[in-house]
Amino acid sequence: MKLALVGVSHHRAPIELRERVAVDTAGATRLAAEIADGCEAVVLSTCNRTELYLASSADEPLEERAVGALLELAGASAEALDQVVYRLADESAVLHLFRVAAGLDSMVPGEGEILGQVKDAFEAGSTGPLLDRVFSMAVHAGRKARVETSIGESPASIPAAAAALAHQVFDGLEGRTVLLVGAGRMSDATARNLRSRGARIVAVANRTEAHGETLASRFGAETVPLAALGPTLATADVVVASTSAPGFVLEGAAIVAALRSRRGRPVLLVDLAVPRDVDPRLATIDGCFVYDVDDLDAVVTASLAGRRAEAVRAERIVADEVERLREWQASLAVVPAIASLRARAEEIRSAELARAERRLNALSQGDRAVVETVTAQIVAKLLHLPTVRLKEAAVGAEGVLYADVVRYLFGLDEHDA
Amino acid sequence: MAELLVFPALIAYGEAAFAYAGELRGPGLAGRLGIWGVRIGWLAQTALLVAQALSSDGFPWATWAGSLNLFVWLVVTGYLVWGCKPGYRLLGLVVMPVAASLLALAWLGGGTGVRVVEDGGPLLAVHAGLMLAGLAGLTVAAGMAAIYLWEERRLKRRDSGVLRLRLPPLAALDRLEARVVLASLVVVSCGIAVGLAGFETGDFDVAMAVTLAIMAFYGAALVLRREGALAGRRLAWAVLGGFVLVGIVLPLTHFAS
Repeated sequence: MKLALVGVSHHRAPIELRERVAVDTAGATRLAAEIADGCEAVVLSTCNRTELYLASSADEPLEERAVGALLELAGASAEALDQVVYRLADESAVLHLFRVAAGLDSMVPGEGEILGQVKDAFEAGSTGPLLDRVFSMAVHAGRKARVETSIGESPASIPAAAAALAHQVFDGLEGRTVLLVGAGRMSDATARNLRSRGARIVAVANRTEAHGETLASRFGAETVPLAALGPTLATADVVVASTSAPGFVLEGAAIVAALRSRRGRPVLLVDLAVPRDVDPRLATIDGCFVYDVDDLDAVVTASLAGRRAEAVRAERIVADEVERLREWQASLAVVPAIASLRARAEEIRSAELARAERRLNALSQGDRAVVETVTAQIVAKLLHLPTVRLKEAAVGAEGVLYADVVRYLFGLDEHDA
Repeated sequence: MAELLVFPALIAYGEAAFAYAGELRGPGLAGRLGIWGVRIGWLAQTALLVAQALSSDGFPWATWAGSLNLFVWLVVTGYLVWGCKPGYRLLGLVVMPVAASLLALAWLGGGTGVRVVEDGGPLLAVHAGLMLAGLAGLTVAAGMAAIYLWEERRLKRRDSGVLRLRLPPLAALDRLEARVVLASLVVVSCGIAVGLAGFETGDFDVAMAVTLAIMAFYGAALVLRREGALAGRRLAWAVLGGFVLVGIVLPLTHFAS
């Protein structure tokens, strides 16, 4: 069986080229069906890559077909695309796919979305025995890498870092309340991240009322005046500040009094503004945690370093899974010999029982069933060890040799002919 | 022969204590070695306690060293309830060095030997068992409080590596501390109730007064927490303060009287 992979990714192709060949799910299904043409095909298209996987048991020019399809997608940019296309075959293609599924080939190592995208591409593809197996094992490898390492656990962006810190303080954000001070883009992104984890955006305070109301209506929150943040501060669990004010917005006796009134109940103040919005001295108040944009950036940097360390472990898991697939593929070489051997044995058993038919007629129905079962068990037990040994041998280089020996010893070729 | 079981327990607990220190660099092999050390040590110590119980006609842990042996087992059992979860593994960083040191002390004091003991009856066994279980619970709660304060300090200082360690969230630690303290107080109360069955006028001593003071202290902390006046680091300090009474004052007064 042959497997070919042709694709472009963020490693070598700029976004202008990648967007030329990007297809949605319906497009991927259509393209896979088109290029399959008697073989198996899967199209994986994400914002970072477009890859075409083709497999066939016959000797077909799979790579040429895939490159042609990709260049056709690129249209006028075909020449530029041709310079950055990568081509992989068989085991290299498998290793690449497994690494992609585990998030090891992503911009941010271990990012979580790619596994779902590989799964979707698999479901949308025109698959057969080989790609079914390869993609199922790729999804398994991706899942295993995430379960057995912490590669996907740490945050990879500032909004994600803010949400992860909030989770670390509050043990889940379900039902936690968030106050947004300022209606900037970062504040919006952070709020969306917090909401996706179950937090509730309860209030928005902004200098420009119209902007504040727009953001508040998006989250179903109320607007509060910047000058009267005290009561909301006393109850909110997370405060995200990102105004363009030249000085601190959260400072002074009223703010301190509001935070002290919480009596040690934790509050996370996330300051995304430059110049800063939150007076860092507020961190001295019991239960009050203040993180500015530099702190969050440092958290992201540290967690990315952690992800890279975990990536080494994930690579080992991927390599083990590739080896498993190789063993499975190798075992396919001896499957016909095993099938012939079992068929031959069954044929002999049936023939011998038929020859003894006259003598067996004297037996009761129950005794005949016993004879059937016992002879079948003898055949199964006799063939069990040779089958296992053949499969084991198939993993090494001598698998085909053993298969030939079995064929010769039992005269399977003469019989098949 | 059975008394030799203390050595695998000691070695495994010691190994766990060191392994958990390695977990500080991030989750991985060290943490897994740590939890396996705890499990193996716990099994060895359980076998030792069973051997001690079977060879005895009375309560085999009536001496201070024997009590310490049983106490360590109860503390490690309490830890294992949460320690198996990856998020709570680092609690072992606080609990296991204490457990290993106390077991070594129990061994030095002769509390891990297997011999015929005829002291005490079932009433003493239930009373002492419940009291030690309650105090072990308070010890585990103190471990949680220590982890809380350490994690809170890292968060306050905006330590960039705080998310790389698998630590329980602060709110979860705060909640668990309170629940463990409450459960421990219930168990200690049951122990006291059983002890009252054999109580005679004139038996009241300093150790009993300290026990009641400990209960009052922890009880007050829980009430204040419920009222919203004692949460987070304040509760953690209170639980650690109570542990000074449990770990130092109570044993001194109990074995002196």
